[in-house]
Amino acid sequence: MVQDLSRHCKESVIVIIDYQAGNLTSVVRSLKALGVEGTVTQDPAVVAQATRVIFPGVGAAGKAMATLRELGLDQALRQSFQRGIPILGICLGAQVILEHSEENDTVCLGLLPGRTRALSRSEGLKIPHMGWNRVRFLRAHQIFKGLPEGAEYYFVHSYYPAPAETTMVVGVTDHGIEFPCAIGWRNLVATQFHPEKSGRFGLQILENFLAWDGSDAE
Amino acid sequence: MLSKRIIPCLDVRDGRTTKGIKFRNNVDIGDPVAMARLYYEAGADELVFYDITASSDRRNIMIDVVRRVAAEILIPFSVGGGIRNLNDMRDVLLAGAEKVSVNSAAILDPALISAGAQAFGSQCIVLGMDVKRVTPCPTTPSGYEMVIHGGRTPMGIDALWWAQEAVRLGAGEICLNSIDADGTQAGYELNLTRMISEAVPIPVIASGGAGTPEHLHQVLTQGRADAALIASMVHYGTYTIKGIKDYLAQRHIPVRLIW
Repeated sequence: MVQDLSRHCKESVIVIIDYQAGNLTSVVRSLKALGVEGTVTQDPAVVAQATRVIFPGVGAAGKAMATLRELGLDQALRQSFQRGIPILGICLGAQVILEHSEENDTVCLGLLPGRTRALSRSEGLKIPHMGWNRVRFLRAHQIFKGLPEGAEYYFVHSYYPAPAETTMVVGVTDHGIEFPCAIGWRNLVATQFHPEKSGRFGLQILENFLAWDGSDAE
Repeated sequence: MLSKRIIPCLDVRDGRTTKGIKFRNNVDIGDPVAMARLYYEAGADELVFYDITASSDRRNIMIDVVRRVAAEILIPFSVGGGIRNLNDMRDVLLAGAEKVSVNSAAILDPALISAGAQAFGSQCIVLGMDVKRVTPCPTTPSGYEMVIHGGRTPMGIDALWWAQEAVRLGAGEICLNSIDADGTQAGYELNLTRMISEAVPIPVIASGGAGTPEHLHQVLTQGRADAALIASMVHYGTYTIKGIKDYLAQRHIPVRLIW
């Protein structure tokens, strides 16, 4: 499978967007574990050549959006989305794809309708939501194929993405409230958890993403 | 529901894993990279590395360990010990760690916490606390005092106050180590753990004293810890991570059971 992937990806350019929001080495390393080289870039021109985009990140929405605009990566991401190539947002990258974030009251990319909201600190619950948690999948999606029931994924965040349409929510997780943690819409998928830090099940998601044609058919 | 994390801790001296009792008499127990791989495969939820190297070129040795560990495992890990400034943090994070743990340096210079949180995000900054039980007095009303330099230097700073202050400065997590319990395998300091965990809004990892799965059960329930650090009980093969998790799951503690 890994060999097939690397052959498939020879003509492809997998771009990992670097907008100074956290450390991208674990994403690069996970791709390497799948036999694939990712190109880490801050350059919109490189993003324009991508056949597949990974949009990770940790940190604050306000600073992230400011950096994306400064580097011209906001436009590059919009164009990638419009070109229909597969895009994977991770953590902060799953939040700023929406229209707005409660964090720093930030206007975001607006690739899909909805808002990023703060997890509320209810009785006995710690914020950030940090650690391993289960995902309840609401519907099938190509990039979440082959994952066992009861698998857990690594989360570390204080905000969560809330798309406007429930059909965009592929999976939810529970931390005081049930919140969306997996999103799928057209050629865009996004996870609030970190596949690159979620052991072999996380790796499976990345492998599925590399094989995905960007269609939202089940 | 969020699982309680089981976190093996590897003390690294000159590139090797060691284990001491109450911070003394460290014995060599193996290659940290190989051990990281084993624990990853055995179901560890996260790993912690403490650099207790004394030599002058410590940074290069540790960065090399971090880089090699990062290539072997797909779970988060943190690195502590000798993190003194933003450059030290950056080196460790770029080498592949998810978090850095600051301890002595943060007490001597609390701005290190806020600077780290601003530069890398709160989720990266773990406050390591080495705590000793004392008779309550005006400077340490909680009855727990902060101690630095590997347990040698009492600071006259109250542990409860410091935990709350570190949260205010931007720490994203606390790794709470009881020096009285460390290496004894007689159980965690439940009173201390509960006091700190209830006083802060961020996750608390209990450390020091784990000897049996029952000790983990106690600290995750009575102690209100979000995660438990273990060392001796798995380093010497007395228990497996799976065995510990099965024990906890039977007692209705949420733990990650498949990996």
